Amino acid sequence: MRGTPKGAVIIGASAGALEALSSILPALPAGYPLPIFVIVHLPPNKRSVLAEIFNIKCRLRAIEAEDKEPVEPGVIYFAPPNYHLLLEGRSNIALSGEEAVLFSRPSIDVAFESASEAWGDRLTGIVLTGANHDGARGLQAIGRSGGTMIVQDPASAYAQAMPEAAMLASPNAHVFTLPEISSYLLSNFQ
Amino acid sequence: MTETFEKIEDIEIRLLLEALYHRYHYDFRNYAMSSIRRRLRQAREQLGFSTISAMQEGVLHDTDMLPQMLRYLTIQVSEMFRDPSYFLAIREKVVPHLRTYPSLKIWIAGCSAGEELYSFVILFREEGLEERTLFYATDINPDALAHAETGIYDIERIRLFTENHRQAGGKTSLSDYYTSGYNRCVLDKSLRRNVVFSDHSLVTDQVFGEMQFVSCRNVMIYFDRPLQNRAVGLFRDSLPHNAFLGLGAKETLRFSTHVDSFREFVREEKIYQRNGE
Ligand SMILES: C[S@@+](CC[C@H](N)C(=O)[O-])C[C@H]1O[C@@H](n2cnc3c(N)ncnc32)[C@H](O)[C@@H]1O
Repeated sequence: MRGTPKGAVIIGASAGALEALSSILPALPAGYPLPIFVIVHLPPNKRSVLAEIFNIKCRLRAIEAEDKEPVEPGVIYFAPPNYHLLLEGRSNIALSGEEAVLFSRPSIDVAFESASEAWGDRLTGIVLTGANHDGARGLQAIGRSGGTMIVQDPASAYAQAMPEAAMLASPNAHVFTLPEISSYLLSNFQ
Repeated sequence: MTETFEKIEDIEIRLLLEALYHRYHYDFRNYAMSSIRRRLRQAREQLGFSTISAMQEGVLHDTDMLPQMLRYLTIQVSEMFRDPSYFLAIREKVVPHLRTYPSLKIWIAGCSAGEELYSFVILFREEGLEERTLFYATDINPDALAHAETGIYDIERIRLFTENHRQAGGKTSLSDYYTSGYNRCVLDKSLRRNVVFSDHSLVTDQVFGEMQFVSCRNVMIYFDRPLQNRAVGLFRDSLPHNAFLGLGAKETLRFSTHVDSFREFVREEKIYQRNGE
């Protein structure tokens, strides 16, 4: 299944990410029509095994993005540790070693802003559990260009600070539990 | 509304890059747009221009703007022995091949403030190869090159450099190579004995010699794909049969038009070896 996808999903998560993602990503069916970008805060100088784990758990292919990786529907792209993930239009991922933002590289804000420039109102941004404020600005940017904003219900999150900050910055974002996020992703794009 | 705004900004960016090119011959026109856009927005905000067009006027009429622009448009993030496993792989897998050559030329392309260059020199000294090696360290940013030639780094960075060096299989202590004073470390000037620093652009300049190893890390990620092809083409033409090319941890030749000119030598470390034609 090639060609330019019709939209995209981008997810940001920090503390508690593995568990939260485990309830969302494996639920996506084979042939899912959108690319999914996942930004997780990770220690900078260690290899990440996230892509390997989810490649096993998921029906979709999960990979750690390399520079200029082509964007294809139904592929889950993890940002590598120590690089920002940017979207070079709708067709390629570009990585960058620019300074950390809010002490984070990859930065959820940076990736969300860049994705919103590429995909505009065709983008769904999701802020999950985390113990910092990354993602709040990025989600706002997605909202400003008409994209869909989703925040994990802080009450259901392992760490509340990140979803709370995102809600505060974007009061009209959907606030969903993890199962609701899953069904949203399924219902809207099948 | 916002869409129109963003399109105008992209036009302004293109015009500014043209201005830089025609006025100063620095060619950023085929750099990855996503990063250029971020950097120019930061520059506009921090330098206090109301629009990117206003900044373009500055670029054209005020020569002091050039170093400022280069500071934003080139990313200077680096470390000594960055990704220690890369240097460990060079030590264990590449050095045995290099030993078979009576003389060596090594090219560090996009050397920033010299961190990567000095990592190579120290590794080669430890392996007994320094004497027979000429190191070319090139970059387009004159401030970075000037910094590289001083070999002076903030003392807070040394702890990380030392740990990286150790993980890279260092056979000596990093402290053997510097003296510290105030809050800075000064690398021993003997490390520069066999080094040639030079202003060279992978975008606008040509090949300048035959190399046994080219290390170009975290430079081409800022290029778009056609420009990456141009740069890899330069490396291909610099590297004879069986010579080596090392890239950054998340860079790959998979998407390059020159992929068939190379084979993976140490896959996980992005070290490639040149094929015969
Ligand atoms: C992020 S640093 C990489 C430093 C080092 N190689 C490393 O991996 O740590 C990127 C460097 O590439 C340089 N650069 C950018 N465009 C270049 C070009 N066209 N030709 C040569 N060097 C370039 C920048 O000035 C900067 O010093």
